[in-house]
Amino acid sequence: MARLARIELTPDEIEHYTGHLGRVLSHARELEDLDLADVPPLAHPYPLRNVFRDDVAGSPVDRDEVLSQAPAAAGGQFEVPPVLGEEA
Amino acid sequence: MTAGWDVVVGLEVHVELATDTKLFSAAPSRFGDEPNTNVTPVCLGLPGSLPVLNRRAVELAMAVGLALNCEIRPSVFHRKNYFYPDMPKDYQVSQYDQPICADGWLDVPGEGRVGIERAHLEEDAGKTTHLGGADGRIHGAVGALVDYNRAGTPLLEIVSRPDIGSAAEASAYVEELREILLAVGASDARLEEGSMRVDANISVRPAGSGELRTRCEVKNLNSLRSLRNAIDYEAQRHIGLYEAGEAPVQETRHWSTDGRTHSLRSKEEADDYRYFPEPDLVPLEPDPDWIERVRAAMPELPAALRERLCAHGADAADAQVIASRGLAALVLGAVAAGADAHRTVTHAVQNLALDGAELLEAAQLASLVQMETSDQLTATQAKAVLTHMCERAPGAAADPSAIAAELGYEAMDSGELEALVDQAIADNPEAWAKFCAGEAKVAGVFVGAVMKATRGQADGQAVTRLLAQRRDA
Amino acid sequence: MNTAHAIASDVRAGTRRATDVLEDFLGRIEAHDGDVHAFNTVTADQARAAAASIDAAVDGGRDPGPLAGVPVAFKDNLCTRGVATTCSSRMLEGWQPPYDATVVQAMTAAGAVMIGKTNLDEFAMGSSTEHSAFGPTRNPYDFARVPGGSSGGSAAAVAAGFAPLALGSDTGGSIRQPASLCGIVGIKPTYGRVSRYGLVAFASSFDQIGPFATDVADAALALGVISGHDPADSTSIPAAVPDFEAALGRGVEGLRVGVVSELTGSGRNRAANGGPVQGDTALGNAALEDAAGEVLDGIDADVTERVLEAAGALADAGAIVGRVSVPAVTYGLTAYYLIAPAEASSNLARYDGTRYGLRIEGADVEEMNRLTRRAGFGDEVKARIMLGTFALSAGYYDAYYGKAQRVRMLTRRDFDAAYADYDVLLSPTSPCVAFRFGERADPMTMYRCDTCTIPSNLSGDPAMSVPFGTGAEGLPVGVQIMAPALGEEAMLTVAAAIERAAPELAAPRFAESSTGGAA
Ligand SMILES: [Mg+2]
Ligand SMILES: [Zn+2]
Repeated sequence: MARLARIELTPDEIEHYTGHLGRVLSHARELEDLDLADVPPLAHPYPLRNVFRDDVAGSPVDRDEVLSQAPAAAGGQFEVPPVLGEEA
Repeated sequence: MTAGWDVVVGLEVHVELATDTKLFSAAPSRFGDEPNTNVTPVCLGLPGSLPVLNRRAVELAMAVGLALNCEIRPSVFHRKNYFYPDMPKDYQVSQYDQPICADGWLDVPGEGRVGIERAHLEEDAGKTTHLGGADGRIHGAVGALVDYNRAGTPLLEIVSRPDIGSAAEASAYVEELREILLAVGASDARLEEGSMRVDANISVRPAGSGELRTRCEVKNLNSLRSLRNAIDYEAQRHIGLYEAGEAPVQETRHWSTDGRTHSLRSKEEADDYRYFPEPDLVPLEPDPDWIERVRAAMPELPAALRERLCAHGADAADAQVIASRGLAALVLGAVAAGADAHRTVTHAVQNLALDGAELLEAAQLASLVQMETSDQLTATQAKAVLTHMCERAPGAAADPSAIAAELGYEAMDSGELEALVDQAIADNPEAWAKFCAGEAKVAGVFVGAVMKATRGQADGQAVTRLLAQRRDA
Repeated sequence: MNTAHAIASDVRAGTRRATDVLEDFLGRIEAHDGDVHAFNTVTADQARAAAASIDAAVDGGRDPGPLAGVPVAFKDNLCTRGVATTCSSRMLEGWQPPYDATVVQAMTAAGAVMIGKTNLDEFAMGSSTEHSAFGPTRNPYDFARVPGGSSGGSAAAVAAGFAPLALGSDTGGSIRQPASLCGIVGIKPTYGRVSRYGLVAFASSFDQIGPFATDVADAALALGVISGHDPADSTSIPAAVPDFEAALGRGVEGLRVGVVSELTGSGRNRAANGGPVQGDTALGNAALEDAAGEVLDGIDADVTERVLEAAGALADAGAIVGRVSVPAVTYGLTAYYLIAPAEASSNLARYDGTRYGLRIEGADVEEMNRLTRRAGFGDEVKARIMLGTFALSAGYYDAYYGKAQRVRMLTRRDFDAAYADYDVLLSPTSPCVAFRFGERADPMTMYRCDTCTIPSNLSGDPAMSVPFGTGAEGLPVGVQIMAPALGEEAMLTVAAAIERAAPELAAPRFAESSTGGAA
């Protein structure tokens, strides 16, 4: 889970979060008794459909304002350490 | 080389939809600008920003789906969760188990019918430039720069069934798909520029067996040639492995300039995208009226146009050329307006590989062809007028009679031409005797004389016709 | 009078200067926020400029709007252009958004003056404001106790008299529960009534912005200002905004009020807690005695009694009061604690060190991501990200996330059934009065704080908390009023009636002794 969530954890912390997870999930067992066969999932609390915007351009944000908040920037772009593990 | 084996290919084609703005934000969907200038809080994944779906993108997706004989269905956007620096939210919003278009097919000219599994909407990522590695490649890079101008551009991912049996068929499928995308105005569909991207799922099986074996997905196919070569290469590789008693492993491979596919170093983490319904968007349920309005607004599709061209005397190859130049409607319109079908098709194939040709009006092309067939213009003159028409189209400036007059192409009075022909016969009695005896090539003597007398303004074909009339009289 | 109504009407009439009003509130913040720590940022300079422009408008004969000169505090997960928006997390410390949340624009356009950004549980995950990276907020009624959460800073700011109005966000009770613990009014509107654009997401399908105020009328005024369709939020409901304040004066005669059985005991254990209580009249009501559904554990008797008294007061005022069972509230908590972390795990993925906020350098992007997220997120946030990642992962989706979504539908159906018979529902807001710091360290104990509030987040229906007397140690108790989707008017009518019947609640002692007193 820590790898999927991209969070560095020590073995102690892994144990700590595993315990936390276990306590919450043990409560989730009470859902097991429910007969939910005829109950569809509900993803949205209010049943809206087909919400669109028109294909009309608005004004972009100011690049300098945005880059001023970036941890690192160069040449009008966001700068990051090397990206590994994708290309041959 | 593939004797005893069938090649099995399915294609995933991503196309950038031709909208003015992005899929979920009002940022301009435009390329070539300064980095990070076409972005809003939504494109940058800023905290608190929310997506709103572009209606036009949905309509274009529906038009493509209808053109591919798909069913247009209610759909739901999901989040596909994985980390990548050019993905601003670290999830991609895409349609997962409920795509807007499903279960269609595409008839590939000269090949067979290819099933379309689905076509779904999703957002594009930004662009990462790797610093320090050779050629901007990842290997050896010391860092990377990220530009989010492309982030959020609407993509339609069109997934075929594994019905394609050869590199040639794959290439023809992509070409036909491109024609359709251009015809419905969904995308400019340029492979080289990345507005159309093809991934190929390739496997082989013993000929006629019908089984599905391990497939490899090949990416980075940015031309039809690399698509064909990659399929051939990969099929050979699989066959070689099986014949050596081994088997390919399911993986993603990269087509590279050295003419081979390479395994992509597999990501450290297993792919677990944790798809779930995007809570910031509501379900999309196009009603039948809307679908019918989109269908009604669609132009005639390339296959139907080609069929009609063939009905008007074009052969299949001509029809393909005309359609691929986007001139089918023009040609058919001119024919409908009374132009000679054969002359019109000939012009479209031979004389209209020109910028501006697609802007010509059918009525103007028709009147040009009529001027020619009524001998007001020679073939050479007609071609010259056509060139000027393309430069000046669209509008009244492209009127062929005005251009002809401007160029001094005055129609030869037919009485005048007959007199000149008779004069030429009288001047060359020996040649006339030979001509009457069946020596057709001496016709040039008379044509040359008439041309000389008219300083080239006469229509050679008309002269030839008059000579034949007089001989047969 | 320092209500928003009084201030706005004085400022509009030109009898009070917005700048004077502001200095009055800034003075109280200066004097007491060191103890309370309601604010992450006090935007004094900006507020002075804004108040001056309100005064200039009034001088120029222009009406600044219904909140003319009213200081307002915004929870620090609402984007404010150029003003740090931290979510009380190291991850976003110092981050200045390039845009204002829609609600911030709406409040400002109505003449309100932003006075500061308030503390919260990190990324709104918590029920006590103990999980702020910048230290906890204290309850103005007792500095040894929590103000509730996650909008504890906004609730404490209003209770302490630092601002007449504040906005918070409510994902599982984060407006109502702190309002209850701090003795003020808090509203969670219908999901979609108020735009979420510019609210830093915790759990997108639950999050809803709403107001805190010292009385129901002010809360209704603020609700009217922030409500309405926003084309920038796809989940915003395109419905007209009613005149919420008009609902306050309507009587409750004939209104059907259902007390939720599972969340409200019969009051039979009153004796154990100090004998019979006043306003006992409705307890003789046959419908109330006819308890249906099993009462959940952990709901304190003092709280239950106040709810029953409020129900009695409504009956006295002519409402038809009965008991109603909403069985799905029993599983609500579990479903919520699967869905909300799942959405959060995805919403919080973007904090990766690339575009904004904290970065801890690494040899490559992946290491930078891992180290940044390790350093930037607190314990509770990490725990919920892990839980949510798990609930969505291949092989567990159906058993956890998928099942929880079905339970969510069950909740929706149970509420629909209850609303077939009742116009509004009543329950405690919080199972207990304000608790001491550290008292609820175990996650499930803390999560139980939200037992009564979560069902309305699952259903998306509106709900609010109104103070009604005190419980243990003289601490405030809140009564929760729930209504069907877009049913805010009936909810407010009942809230106003409960407020009229409620015993006078003393202001926090420290606030009384300061300039002018709160409320
Ligand atoms: Mg794909
Ligand atoms: Zn895709």
